[in-house]
Amino acid sequence: MASRPPSSLLPLVLDDVSFAARGRTILDRVNLTLERGVRTVVLGPNGAGKSVLLRVMHGLISPTSGSVRWSAREAPGAPRRQAMVFQRPVMFRRSVMGNLRFALEVAGVPRAERGGRAEAALDRVGLSGIAHQPARVLSGGEQQRLALARAWMLAPEVLFLDEPTANLDPGSARAIEAIVQAIHDAGTKIVMVTHNLGQARRLADEILFLHGGRLCERSAAADFFHRPATAEAAAYLEGELPWRLTAAA
Amino acid sequence: MATHRRRLIGTVFAAALAALASLPAAAQPKSIVVASTTSTEQSGLFGHILPTFTKKTGIQVKVVALGTGQALDVGRRGDADVVFVHDRVAEDKFVADGWGIGRRDVMYNDFVLIGPKADPAKVAGTKDVAAALKRIAEAKAPFVSRGDKSGTHAAELRYFKLAGADPLQGKGSWYRETGSGMGPALNTASSMNAYILADRGTWLAFKNRGELGIVVEGDKRLFNPYGVMLVNPARHPHVKVSEGSAFIEWIVSKEGQDAIASYKVGGEQLFFADAHN
Amino acid sequence: MVVTLDPKLGEIVLLSLRVSVSSVALAGVFALPLGAAVAVAEFPGKRGVVTTLNALLGLPAVVVGLAIYLLLSRSGPLGAFGILFTPSAMVIAQAVLVFPLLAALTRQVVADAWGESREQLVSLGAGTWTSAFALLVDVRYTLVTIVLAGFGRAIAEVGAVMIVGGNIDGVTRVMTTAIALETSKGDLPLAVGLGIVLLAIVFALNIAATAIKDAAQRHHG
Repeated sequence: MASRPPSSLLPLVLDDVSFAARGRTILDRVNLTLERGVRTVVLGPNGAGKSVLLRVMHGLISPTSGSVRWSAREAPGAPRRQAMVFQRPVMFRRSVMGNLRFALEVAGVPRAERGGRAEAALDRVGLSGIAHQPARVLSGGEQQRLALARAWMLAPEVLFLDEPTANLDPGSARAIEAIVQAIHDAGTKIVMVTHNLGQARRLADEILFLHGGRLCERSAAADFFHRPATAEAAAYLEGELPWRLTAAA
Repeated sequence: MATHRRRLIGTVFAAALAALASLPAAAQPKSIVVASTTSTEQSGLFGHILPTFTKKTGIQVKVVALGTGQALDVGRRGDADVVFVHDRVAEDKFVADGWGIGRRDVMYNDFVLIGPKADPAKVAGTKDVAAALKRIAEAKAPFVSRGDKSGTHAAELRYFKLAGADPLQGKGSWYRETGSGMGPALNTASSMNAYILADRGTWLAFKNRGELGIVVEGDKRLFNPYGVMLVNPARHPHVKVSEGSAFIEWIVSKEGQDAIASYKVGGEQLFFADAHN
Repeated sequence: MVVTLDPKLGEIVLLSLRVSVSSVALAGVFALPLGAAVAVAEFPGKRGVVTTLNALLGLPAVVVGLAIYLLLSRSGPLGAFGILFTPSAMVIAQAVLVFPLLAALTRQVVADAWGESREQLVSLGAGTWTSAFALLVDVRYTLVTIVLAGFGRAIAEVGAVMIVGGNIDGVTRVMTTAIALETSKGDLPLAVGLGIVLLAIVFALNIAATAIKDAAQRHHG
């Protein structure tokens, strides 16, 4: 991306970020700094605030208190330098190409370049053959790959992923993981929420462990899985991985 | 998406413009608006005489059919070039107030008192419209009034006054004001089996008669004269003076008068030309 | 009975279609984007705007007719254009009449779609208008139904076009005013016949549009 502004978005600093809705605290004074390069995976039990944390970082919701500070400002109205892929992919009632072209248009890409960029993006996620099919009738796995193509195509500095494989069969999930790995290899910072510990082991460089809206633990992935530092994390790992107990027995 | 959006907007705009452009807007080279009464329009008179005029002069005549009161109001607002109505008192006031000029007598027809064949007020046989209305009021027999400030409405109130009866006493009971044109009022009377004052032209052309028939006719006072006048261009400069005058001149000419006299419904002449050339 | 009215009937039907198609197109050009924008944008007074739009659905045609009449009359503020008692006046009156219907229904449909895709659109960096137009495209098959509803209201309306059009024979006489006229002449069979023709046209249009819509919708999911 020759046109990218010189200063990087990262690191991202969250300063005492809290979020409450209908009197319920969902994020409780989260402080953290996200650096580029490492793949960050957010873990935690249901209701820990993982998805909300992602949305606060991405700017979809504003924190009730505290601040979210990027190292470079994204000017309002300018093309975004970060992207997000949701658990349930949101596709518009257009063709696969139409969906990609729309994203490129919003990003301010000149019309003449859109076709080529969209085709290249489809090629990278292995969807070239279905460019002209309606996007809504694709399978869940195909739609999620398309969502990744759409995000990747815009060459974001940061990509947020909110349980991208939660609704997919193992084969599709593996395909998604491979694409996420490729996006990382191409230089994009990955921040992903998942429930799948196997996936976290395969993809994570570092783990953010949320519990009850608080950032409970942050460690390198290898440390987290072998020597969780907090009792909450240890309990979570035990609960999520019953096979570990049986294997140990 | 820009393509999509532009295509969407473009399509809608193109459709709107194409549709608007295809409308016969100001396409006719010469035309006038004549505010007239439902009696002349619905009796079919205009359909009979106007093609002759248009053929001769190339002027299209657009007739807006209303009650006389409304027609005069349309003229007063400047929304018509010519007014063609039947309420001498209101017409004279219209001219006196400076809204109309050059009023000419055109023709007359007459009013008839319509009533149910059962004739509950026992008015059939008399030729005296005032006596008949007095009996209807005394019998409190159902009576439908236009109630719309039309020429017919004004005439009806005049006849009630001659009869020394005040129909408004019976308002809501036997005296029903419909606030509608001649045809709708006749429909109402037909379904209620009520008495009603109507102009002969509309009555002859009216099809949904039910049990109704003429009960009183022939009284000299039922004479119903029509007048035509140009809307005053001093008040409304856009009035088409030459075309409007051409219409007025034609309708009082021998040719126009003959056209009026030749219009018949069921063999019966509806209007009697009486322009005093 | 209806057959005897040809070719005048054809003229009247054609004018009805032209006037109503034009009015729906005219109103739609503004109502659809506005409805979508109201659905997407957050602004103070939004609830009031939505309530007003919904309330205007009950706008009586006669009131619209009277208001447009007073505006377009030679003595009114727009009298200089001289379009009272022309088809253009009828188009304007019908457009005003169907505008709230189109805007309110569009807002509702787009608001639902916005609920589903708001996060994705914000994530992509789409602003209010971009989102509004994208969602209009997304719900285009439902818009067909909405536009048809507007067309139905326009072509079936009599009060407003009677007042501003004047029901002038061969110039501003449409199906509904012709029906009203035949009714006042007491020619009820002819009035009913015209009514059946009107109904048949509206039916045929709805069936055709619904068929196209369903086919396209099946294709796109």
